[in-house]
Amino acid sequence: METILECRDLTKKYGSKYALYNLNLSLERGQIVGLLGPNGSGKTTLIKLANALLRPTGGQILINGTEPGVETKRIVSYLPDRNYLGKHMRVNEAMTYYNTFYENFDLERASQMMDSLDIDPSSRLSSLSKGTLEKVQLILVMSREADLYILDEPIGGVDPAARDYILQTILTNYNENATVLISTHLISDIENVLDRAVFLQEGQLVLNASVDEIRSQHGKSVDALFREVFKC
Amino acid sequence: MPWELDNDRPIYLQLMERIRHDIISGVYRPGDKIPSVRDLALDAAVNPNTMQKALAELERSGLLYSQRTSGRYITDDEKLLRKMKMDLASEHIHQFFEQMHHLGFSDEETLEMIHETLRREQNGNDS
Repeated sequence: METILECRDLTKKYGSKYALYNLNLSLERGQIVGLLGPNGSGKTTLIKLANALLRPTGGQILINGTEPGVETKRIVSYLPDRNYLGKHMRVNEAMTYYNTFYENFDLERASQMMDSLDIDPSSRLSSLSKGTLEKVQLILVMSREADLYILDEPIGGVDPAARDYILQTILTNYNENATVLISTHLISDIENVLDRAVFLQEGQLVLNASVDEIRSQHGKSVDALFREVFKC
Repeated sequence: MPWELDNDRPIYLQLMERIRHDIISGVYRPGDKIPSVRDLALDAAVNPNTMQKALAELERSGLLYSQRTSGRYITDDEKLLRKMKMDLASEHIHQFFEQMHHLGFSDEETLEMIHETLRREQNGNDS
């Protein structure tokens, strides 16, 4: 299988503190992967490195064989863990913005999804509830025809029904050639849609296994295993 | 509605059980075409690759067969369907006896209780 993301001895230091230490990880195309770990385990650092928002202190991170930069941003669709759009923007302006910026953005698909959620395209982002804003941002990100989707805490602030909608959106929109990397600590909610779970702890890989491997080997859910491994 | 799945067992096994059950209970009929992997995965709210694995396993057992271009179908092999039904039934019976053992009843006592229950129900229906 073809590799979409690869880390080789990837290290990132903030001052004297290691956020990631000699991380080796390889993700294949066509999978939905959960990036799991307690707070401060290095999840967001890894995601920022993959999006060229940070540079490695040591080692390498490669997207489709290339170091993160202008070229990889074409094929990576990234949902940050906070609002990144100007609050003054209207929903349709945000869609136009994406459409101008990314050649692989499907404006029609995005409009349809906004419609199906009864989101008025002329409403300002500042007037939307936290949950609706999260949905709008996810729709924008998932409406790109990308090779790698990186979603940082996409289900953090929404109610269970909205969570189901978001998971459906991810399942409907990704194609077999693309990989979705989802960072979250709400494991039980997304466990059934994952191919694999990657556990990080103190900047290192502690587990990289398929959900069903974990279940048959340990006789428990990924969520239960997580609670055991990271017991405080 | 997402399918009800247990937390402690592999997901693909549970998907296989559910589809088998749907076949036996008549949701699908022999020879029917089943929905695509993607649609089934969406319906169940599970990963498409996991659904794919469950269907591939069912195919290997002969319960499903695929036609190269048009999708997957339920077998119309009545003998095989009947055998699957019998297998499931004996599994249920086995589990039931096991639970009765846990409660401290021997097989003979359990059988006697089953007869007793049936007699009572029949009498109840008569009156």
